Amino acid sequence: MLSKRIIPCLDVAHGRVVKGVQFVDIIDAGDPVEAAIKYDQQGADELTFLDIRASHESRDTLYHMVTEVAEHVFMPLTVGGGVKALSDIENLLHAGADKVSINTAAIFTPELVKEAAERFGSSTIVVAVDAKSVDDHWECFTHGGRKPTGINAVEWAKRMSDYGAGEILLTSMDADGTKNGYDIPLTRAVSDAISANVVASGGVGSLEHLAEGLKEGHADAVLAASIFHFGTYTIAEAKGYLASQGIPVRQA
Amino acid sequence: MIGLVNYGMGNLHSVAKALEKAGGDVELVSDAESLKNYDRIVLPGVGAFRDCIGALKESGMDAAIKAEIAAGKPFLGICLGMQVLMDQSLEFGRHKGLGLIPGIVTHFPEDHAARGFKIPHMGWNDVIFSSEKPQHPVLSPLAGKQVYYVHSYCCMPENPDHLLAACSYGNYPFAAAVGRDNIVAVQFHPEKSQSAGLALMEAFLQWNP
Repeated sequence: MLSKRIIPCLDVAHGRVVKGVQFVDIIDAGDPVEAAIKYDQQGADELTFLDIRASHESRDTLYHMVTEVAEHVFMPLTVGGGVKALSDIENLLHAGADKVSINTAAIFTPELVKEAAERFGSSTIVVAVDAKSVDDHWECFTHGGRKPTGINAVEWAKRMSDYGAGEILLTSMDADGTKNGYDIPLTRAVSDAISANVVASGGVGSLEHLAEGLKEGHADAVLAASIFHFGTYTIAEAKGYLASQGIPVRQA
Repeated sequence: MIGLVNYGMGNLHSVAKALEKAGGDVELVSDAESLKNYDRIVLPGVGAFRDCIGALKESGMDAAIKAEIAAGKPFLGICLGMQVLMDQSLEFGRHKGLGLIPGIVTHFPEDHAARGFKIPHMGWNDVIFSSEKPQHPVLSPLAGKQVYYVHSYCCMPENPDHLLAACSYGNYPFAAAVGRDNIVAVQFHPEKSQSAGLALMEAFLQWNP
């Protein structure tokens, strides 16, 4: 049976892992390669790296970091942050990424997702959707959660899935950093609307939250950062708990 | 020395690193003429079938791969590198494969997503062996383990003897591994399957069919 995936997320800036609360108050959380090796040993199912300070100057740093991580761990790596063109995707794949996450550029150039999926395969293309509750619906935000777009997040995820994105990395900006759990209605609304995989993100403070995201949010994978970085729980403890809740997980 | 076929697509870097980690000496091979200089051949693959077979034909690598397989060299195909061994694929139209294993590559059934089984099939899933035949020596380290799959198209060989291991997604069985003689090919990604995948690669390096 297909296992539900547990994905530690490493926000990186200038080659270091960092952690923010609701996209601000950034603090240092360590070396990316060391963190990747630690999660590999704990049995993580994948790793996601998001370059939150993506800028032209930091691209080479990011490529080197991905290459170094890929030399040490043999599991799927998703990398995102500042991806604007097919050449960015190609460079990240060449550096050792398996999947590339597109966020802001997809909003401005939706066709990029279609072209990327046709060229590199759906399985390679992730669209990151940063959603925030606005009135009676959820809206997409860009630029690390700073700019509203007026785009309905569920409809957007559907369009991106139809364009060939194999996975939606769905972050609730209301929940992110709160440790109060995923935005379950948002996660479920997106997951039930699309054929692509959904990775739930934002708000995990306990192992129960991971189970909720999978069972009630209908997510295919759950992503978390601080509960793993700061040693609150290991991946193995998370999997043990999910297994006890009847959720299929891979025991490494 | 392992020849890793480079046809301008695929995740060569990951496959090369994993083979090295498993103890192999690896070189990328772009020139079809030089494929004969290698003891073992690995064909990786990520992307679309038509692009893959097109690139192999353009470089003459299709004929070179067939020749080296006919010469008895151990061959490992990975993901799309497995699918191109089949007769044909229905991905973006109908395209002929290398025809080394009879069978057709098809999309998962249309109703999969509607039934809650997301496409691509992405994540860690089983490697199921038949209880009626011995486990293939390259695959036996995977007994009881899960491996990493990511694909929207899959296949089932026409000849049951060519099915080395199976997987099932949404009650739909498909080939996890196919092979015959000196060919072994897997739908999943051993280079992304942590210790289980590295164990497969070690077994491939020691395999003398």
